[in-house]
Amino acid sequence: MTTFAQRLWSSTLARHLLLAGLGLVAVALVLESTSAFRNGQFAVMAYMGIAAGGLTVLTGLNGQLSLGHGAFMAIGAYTTALLLSDRDGAPPLLVALLVATVVTLVIGAGVGVAAARLHGPYIAGATLALAIAVPGIARYFQDTLGGEQGLTVVVPDIPGWFADTAYFITANDVSTSKYVAYVGWISLIVTYVLLANLSRSRVGRTWRAVRDNDVAAEIAGINLGRARVLAFVVSTACAGLAGAVLALAVRLAAPSGFMLTLSLALLSAVVLGGLGSLTGALIGAALLTFLPQVVTGVGLDAGLSDLQAAELAPLVYGLTTILVVILAPAGIVGTARIAWRRRRS
Amino acid sequence: MLDIRDLTAAYGPVTALDGVSFTAPEGKITAVLGANGAGKTSLLRTISGLLRPTRGTAYLADQDLSRVPVERMSRLGLSHVPEGRGVITELTVDENLRLGGMGRADRAKPADLERIYTLFPKLADRRHKTAHVLSGGERQMLVIGRALLATPKVLLLDEPSLGLAPRIVAQIFDLLKSLVESDGLTIVLVEQNARSALSIADFGVVLNLGKLVVHDDAAVLAGDDTLRHAYLGF
Amino acid sequence: MQQFLTTALSGLTQGMIFAAFALALVLIWRSTRIVNFAQAPMAMITVYIALVIIDAGYSYWLGFAAALLSGLLLGAVVERVAVRPVEDKPHINAVILTLGLFIVIHALAAVIFGSRYRSFPAPFGLSGFKVGDMNIALTGFGVFSILAVLAVMLLLVLLFRFTNVGLMMRASAFNQEVARLLGVRVTRMLTQGWALAAMVGSLSGLLIAGGNLVHPSYMDSVVVFGFVAAVLGGLDSPIGAVVGGLILGVSLSFVSGYIGSEVVALAALVILMVVLLVRPGGLFSHAPARRV
Repeated sequence: MTTFAQRLWSSTLARHLLLAGLGLVAVALVLESTSAFRNGQFAVMAYMGIAAGGLTVLTGLNGQLSLGHGAFMAIGAYTTALLLSDRDGAPPLLVALLVATVVTLVIGAGVGVAAARLHGPYIAGATLALAIAVPGIARYFQDTLGGEQGLTVVVPDIPGWFADTAYFITANDVSTSKYVAYVGWISLIVTYVLLANLSRSRVGRTWRAVRDNDVAAEIAGINLGRARVLAFVVSTACAGLAGAVLALAVRLAAPSGFMLTLSLALLSAVVLGGLGSLTGALIGAALLTFLPQVVTGVGLDAGLSDLQAAELAPLVYGLTTILVVILAPAGIVGTARIAWRRRRS
Repeated sequence: MLDIRDLTAAYGPVTALDGVSFTAPEGKITAVLGANGAGKTSLLRTISGLLRPTRGTAYLADQDLSRVPVERMSRLGLSHVPEGRGVITELTVDENLRLGGMGRADRAKPADLERIYTLFPKLADRRHKTAHVLSGGERQMLVIGRALLATPKVLLLDEPSLGLAPRIVAQIFDLLKSLVESDGLTIVLVEQNARSALSIADFGVVLNLGKLVVHDDAAVLAGDDTLRHAYLGF
Repeated sequence: MQQFLTTALSGLTQGMIFAAFALALVLIWRSTRIVNFAQAPMAMITVYIALVIIDAGYSYWLGFAAALLSGLLLGAVVERVAVRPVEDKPHINAVILTLGLFIVIHALAAVIFGSRYRSFPAPFGLSGFKVGDMNIALTGFGVFSILAVLAVMLLLVLLFRFTNVGLMMRASAFNQEVARLLGVRVTRMLTQGWALAAMVGSLSGLLIAGGNLVHPSYMDSVVVFGFVAAVLGGLDSPIGAVVGGLILGVSLSFVSGYIGSEVVALAALVILMVVLLVRPGGLFSHAPARRV
């Protein structure tokens, strides 16, 4: 029996699927035992987590920096909004999510081909330009993309089978916000399983080799351009899916939702959690989601106005990002791992 | 003048210099010889503070150098001309020389600059060109001239003959010899080209794998066949 | 014809301001190999300091001077406190650090000064000249902007070419080790370089703010334009940054005038990508291709 369990655990895929199953149970428990407001927050955490997962793979495993992931999320969100705009003629939600992912992936591939030839500050600058430029496109095509007001997103009706299954298991009715949270978290779990397997596979090793020493990797026969583009594409696909979930959770796709601050927040999430670690990305996403509430509360108690208190959260995670880069570049997960290893040896 | 005691240094886990002690006497040329990787460059870098010793110190006329920041060395009278010449190719010849005069207590005067230009007429011709256009020999003259502008007591030279034609090497070595005689300069000369170095040096030090093997009169070293074959390659 | 002239002239003014900002980026890139993305919020917060002073009833010029001075200080403090520890670390750390600073200064400005739009005064007229029945779009403030940037460039040239400090700063930028061996206090030079660059950044912030609305992210797109201008010029060359700024300013002005102001940033992105892929060394490089 133990040997079977051990063999199961040593298979990467099986281990990841097992963790995914446990994760799903945990998600159901949490979502069922919390309020609709909290459900909404968990939906936010889900899309931040998906985008951060994609970014941590790109930056942590492949060494490329993207300040433009907010822009890719915008593409996913607008695609979803357009697809779901007609309640009767809309495709099934799964199809909408997939299309949003694929559309972003295709655009990401185009940017990735260009970005793969760039290094360090150049790629940072180019993706920064992307983050600034994309909201402008939405403003320019006012008729189709709704200009400054953006597009409202119609969340499709909850499918009967989903409502029935949920009722059968939990004896609770499913509200729309809970449904969106489930969609977000199932998307996140699927994404993370795929990313985790990818990073353990040959492809993941290739990416790490390119990150650590591109000259050596090239001599070893790795096609640098292909490795970089692939990492970029995978990462932007995640951002596209995250954008789609965002559209559902926020029920709006508007330029103001995809300002530079979003891209920068994602970057600090992955830096805080620890570059290259999916667990770290999830912790970072949790911080970005729940920290604002706590910090804003403190700010209000201290006598700040609403608007001022709302800025305390970025102040805190920005400062933390700086401290992490200076003092503990491995981030939360990396630092914990180092401490753990030191303790064991 | 320059007294090196038990100097030990490392690049991370790799020991570069292992308990080296010798004295470079005032007004003399001491040649530091040895194969590639023997620790010659590390020795100079440790003396001038670019590499911090893990043990031991260098004394410049009784002053302990082990805690002096690199930037202060030239004020104390120690000039280090690094390997690969250290010409700042983006600056003009004149600017390179002027920089040499900034690291001394009293700023260099125009007359000091003119003295270098009389010493190296070829540099005078190109004083307002970027140093990029200079030949290898001219670059070597430039860095020596620049180091002299700091009015050093001790000059550390790392491989001045590297990549230069024998005729130019002879010129530069003649110049070093005359500087020692006229200014009373103390020189520590790191060289691969042991034969030329010993021809102008008063003393020689041979390093191998970071350790001092021999320290003796240059003439004695040049005459020791076993040593020459084992470490000096001529 | 009228529109063409108007567009070209306002592009020229904009271009000079971008040039100043690009110059600030280049100064820092040359000395520390860091692209200071935080330059935008650094400039922004100093402009707020000017605004507070002007709103309190003091003269525009006092605010102007205070902004430049606080830029100088802020640059030095940022280099000393935040940048110094990552200078010898992998590239990506420095980039992330400047972005962390970006977030922090941004949030700080919003907490202290509020995030609503506030109008910033201009010391000179904002309407164009009339020549015959043609309205020339060059405003008094536009002329001032061009002259101010030219004056700063001249001062920088004088500093770098003809003073010992300037020479030591250049030496530190080109070869830190050799500079140190020659007795140059490189760390001090780097701090001074950051201070100077931040001051030039503040100037461009002031010039963009003049006669316009300011809010905590009003400089965000300028950092992109400044970066594109600097890359056009080769990122290493101050003269290149100026020429790059002018080219970009005029091009973007035409995009804005004839297509729409919403796609200006997109146009900048396109220009950036074309330059990076076709002439990675910048428009004026003769040197062999550089890794970008």
